[in-house]
Amino acid sequence: MEKKIRVLIAKPGLDGHDRGAKVIARALRDAGMEVIYTGLRQTAEMIAEAALQEDVDVVGLSILSGAHMTLVPKVLDLLNANGQDNVLVLVGGIIPEADIPLLKEKGVFEVFGPGAFTTEVVNTIQQALAQPA
Amino acid sequence: MQPQELIYKALAGDRLALTRLLSLFENQTDDLAEIMEQIHPHTGKAHRIGITGAPGTGKSTLTTCLTSAFRKQDKTVAILAIDPSSPFSGGALLGDRIRMRELAGDSGVFIRSMATRGHTGGIASAAYQAIALFDAVGFDIVLIETVGAGQGEVEIASMAHTTIVVEAPGLGDEIQANKAGILEIADIFVINKADLPGAIQTENALRSVFDVNHNTVHKHLRDIDISEPKDESSSHEVQWHCQILKTVARTCEGIDNLVTAIHEHASHLIKTDRWYAKVALQYDRQFESHLSKALFASWKASLTPEDLDNLNKQLNCRIHAPEFLAEKVLNGVSISQKK
Repeated sequence: MEKKIRVLIAKPGLDGHDRGAKVIARALRDAGMEVIYTGLRQTAEMIAEAALQEDVDVVGLSILSGAHMTLVPKVLDLLNANGQDNVLVLVGGIIPEADIPLLKEKGVFEVFGPGAFTTEVVNTIQQALAQPA
Repeated sequence: MQPQELIYKALAGDRLALTRLLSLFENQTDDLAEIMEQIHPHTGKAHRIGITGAPGTGKSTLTTCLTSAFRKQDKTVAILAIDPSSPFSGGALLGDRIRMRELAGDSGVFIRSMATRGHTGGIASAAYQAIALFDAVGFDIVLIETVGAGQGEVEIASMAHTTIVVEAPGLGDEIQANKAGILEIADIFVINKADLPGAIQTENALRSVFDVNHNTVHKHLRDIDISEPKDESSSHEVQWHCQILKTVARTCEGIDNLVTAIHEHASHLIKTDRWYAKVALQYDRQFESHLSKALFASWKASLTPEDLDNLNKQLNCRIHAPEFLAEKVLNGVSISQKK
């Protein structure tokens, strides 16, 4: 049985800046992962629905609008409600230092800001999923 | 959850179980045979519709429009959206959902993106199992969107009741339309982006080919489709005449006609008693592919590491042609080098 890592890359909320999300999607593809990209302006409900239908191992949320403290917990809640509490949730974008521990407390595995290397993201995912749940 | 529990729950409508089973198929679970045996009796009801065509002709957008139209008729729809895997990294970027955002939040729709994982023919390796599962859990319509297809990706025709080939203006002249391959598998042709210049020329090119070659095309179709009616004298009435339709998927223009054509094709299959036969060819193929994979695996497992090393050497160092080595194995001759 050969398992491939499946990742959903989503941009929640009203934020049209998707260059970062696309760069990450491409980097994960080149690392051998299957990346589902859903496009701009997704609601938390849309993201959770896609994560379920695609049975992803990872959800990557790209947010540059400042609404992360509202949107991210909502996505986490919906994933849990759907029985997908084992999904690794990563956040990328413009996230103030002070908010990072708060997000992690709510269940976000890691936060990546500007200047993060794509290899860091790849390694984080590979290492986290290599450990037996 | 164990496979048994997943099957039970999926058949009862549980979406988490459904999605987990799809992943098991994709990862080629060891329990595949057992799972499929239990799903098999529940299949056979859904209308399986294949949507194929070159990259950028609008397959995803058309799939979305069609789904909305079927939803208005209270039919539930599962979409299998297939995109290619990278031959180098094995990864994939699955982007068909981008065009399908208006379907979000509808519990009568289930969209699954699937990477080909090295399978050629325009279809993913687990597509057959996924389609069967969607059928078994009760979706009325299963839409299969192939990878952006070139000229030779015709495998969809053996998996779908109805195959729709999507064309767009400006992609070729009559010579293209005369070529063998994907154009021959269409039950319905759609010229999408029909608001663009060149739509009429594309339509004319297709129509001229179909008027001239109608019989030839259907003779070819018979080769693909094992179930063409036996009675040749009445074959004219029972033959399906490929329809050529124009749409603008972006605004859902022409979709009503397409839905009508799809329903007409379904009733045609039922009337001519070919509903089951149309997709029966895939059973042969599945049987053959599983048996050959299993035989190969068990043969390989029977080799010692030394044998395997020898074999690789003989292949890679150009000592023998691969065909010759395969024949040798088949004849039971040891592949270990004698020297």
